[in-house]
Amino acid sequence: MNVMDTRATSAMLYLDGVHVSFDGFHAINNLSLTLAPGEMRAIIGPNGAGKTTMMDIITGKTKPDEGTVLFDGVTDLTRLDETRIAELGIGRKFQKPTVFESQTVQDNLLLALNVDHSVRGTLFWRGSRAESERIDKVLETIRLTEARNRLAGSLSHGQKQWLEIGMLLAQDPKLLLVDEPVAGMTDVETHLTAELLKEINKTHTVMVVEHDMTFVRELGVKVTCLHEGTVLAEGTIDQVSSNERVIEVYLGR
Amino acid sequence: MTPHMLTRSLDRGATIFLLVVAALGVLIPLSNLLLPVGSFLQVPTYLVALWGKYVCYAILALAIDLIWGYCGILSLGHGAFFALGGYAMGMYLMRQIGTRGVYGNPILPDFMVFLNWQKLPWYWYGFDMFWFAALMVLVVPGLLAFCFGWLAFRSRVTGVYLSIITQAMTYALLLAFFRNDFGFGGNNGLTDFKDILGFNVQAEGTRAALFALSCLALIIGFLICRAIVSSKLGKVLIAVRDAESRTRFLGYRVESYKLFVFTVSACMAGVAGALYVPQVGIINPSEFAPGNSIEAVIWVAVGGRGTLVGAALGAVVVNYAKTFFTSGVLAPYWLFMLGALFILVTLLLPKGIVGTFNAWWASSREKSTAASVASAAAEDGVTEPKMAE
Repeated sequence: MNVMDTRATSAMLYLDGVHVSFDGFHAINNLSLTLAPGEMRAIIGPNGAGKTTMMDIITGKTKPDEGTVLFDGVTDLTRLDETRIAELGIGRKFQKPTVFESQTVQDNLLLALNVDHSVRGTLFWRGSRAESERIDKVLETIRLTEARNRLAGSLSHGQKQWLEIGMLLAQDPKLLLVDEPVAGMTDVETHLTAELLKEINKTHTVMVVEHDMTFVRELGVKVTCLHEGTVLAEGTIDQVSSNERVIEVYLGR
Repeated sequence: MTPHMLTRSLDRGATIFLLVVAALGVLIPLSNLLLPVGSFLQVPTYLVALWGKYVCYAILALAIDLIWGYCGILSLGHGAFFALGGYAMGMYLMRQIGTRGVYGNPILPDFMVFLNWQKLPWYWYGFDMFWFAALMVLVVPGLLAFCFGWLAFRSRVTGVYLSIITQAMTYALLLAFFRNDFGFGGNNGLTDFKDILGFNVQAEGTRAALFALSCLALIIGFLICRAIVSSKLGKVLIAVRDAESRTRFLGYRVESYKLFVFTVSACMAGVAGALYVPQVGIINPSEFAPGNSIEAVIWVAVGGRGTLVGAALGAVVVNYAKTFFTSGVLAPYWLFMLGALFILVTLLLPKGIVGTFNAWWASSREKSTAASVASAAAEDGVTEPKMAE
């Protein structure tokens, strides 16, 4: 008997028949989606399609009314809170860049490191060489080494987006949920972000929500299109963008 | 506290603050006791007691700044923890009166005899021992804060809702302590104290010693707060203050952090209250009045939220102003002045006195560094000086 037998699924993330409604509005409607380990998936869909709500469900912010959400084949995420889910290894980047503005870039990364997060551990914390090396490495990856001692609030919008991705790297989760990473970025920054995510994907499973089609195309991964809280189409970017129903939804016909 | 936590926690402002408090804590009692009465440099006893009161308020302000300035928890009921610490000390002082009370009952305080109580209620047991009372000064406020915080933070009550329930908490305690059958002296509270640890509470020496002890408590409280805020835990607290849900998604158990600082803060407030009571000679339910807690928050706002030194300074400045204005013809208008002060500070000095000073200091230093870089560059013959990044 091997270990795989105890798992309900081999998927890293498994959503089946998920429903959520807010005051009668069905934000998520019979949503089923699986993400294989090591995969990168792009999620597209018009406004209100339920993309962010789906991330809220995966990270424990919103509890689904019905349905199964399994992480790594064994853990039922619907029973856990945000902290526990983060500890399990799911990191999240928000739609609006959310960094700790009154602290330095370096401290933002320090806070994100997946080390002892208990009250005791942080009270008696002493920096270690390994920790500062990890921070240096992340700073290099996100090109913020020069800005390490600046307050995160003083960074440009694009830099904040990168810092938040850097925080995900420092957190080193098994699954990264990235919500609109290139919103408000220049073309060059968008290109660099795509490269960065591809690099990250070599060692992590990634789910990216994005509107920018050039960016999604550049990622070159499987695309899922959501509409009214359910999967409308799935496949390569060419397949999805030539799907009649997707065109209909996007152009509002 | 380990040595590295101590060294890390002391920056220049903190060191200056500690030296000033230590100097006052030594010099004021010495001047009061050693110099002849009426000489120019002699600090009169009534001023020693008054300043002792300010120092206790400064400890309370530190406690509030720790949770409000660093963790964003606006407690409008911190006066309750202060008063509970005060009552614990008051109970010890009552038991010390013994047969010297009006009714001369060796066990029962006067108000119990007056109410025809036959025996001491169980919750008064042990308060004849100083060590027990001193322990209760920490345990009672700490335990209340722990239970209250456990319920509130776990249910994710935050912001204005938390402020409102802290206010309700202190109001509920106010009403309870007003009742005669609650067993804490009702409306009159606890007063008419005679000695503390065998020394007469009215004596000059005792007052000077209490003042020095209050300064010592302020120093210790300040060091504890600095150690907390300069540790990694302090960074987590600021993270919680600025982006609570982000902190959760990084895998921090936010409610545990809040519970920790809230409890530490309540214990500090309790110590402040315990030192306050022997110096003012009375503790009564009005200390639980919601207005007192709000006033304490104003001290912190005036001095500078999230600076610790500012909180202590704000407590002294506002209370000095209160003493000054409430003893003259302007007395009836004090509350209006306090309100105006709060509005003005919020509008004109949102960072408070110390926060504004720090910002000014940082920017002027930046300018001077930039100027020296520019002049150095000019000396090197560089025509276009570049700012160092």
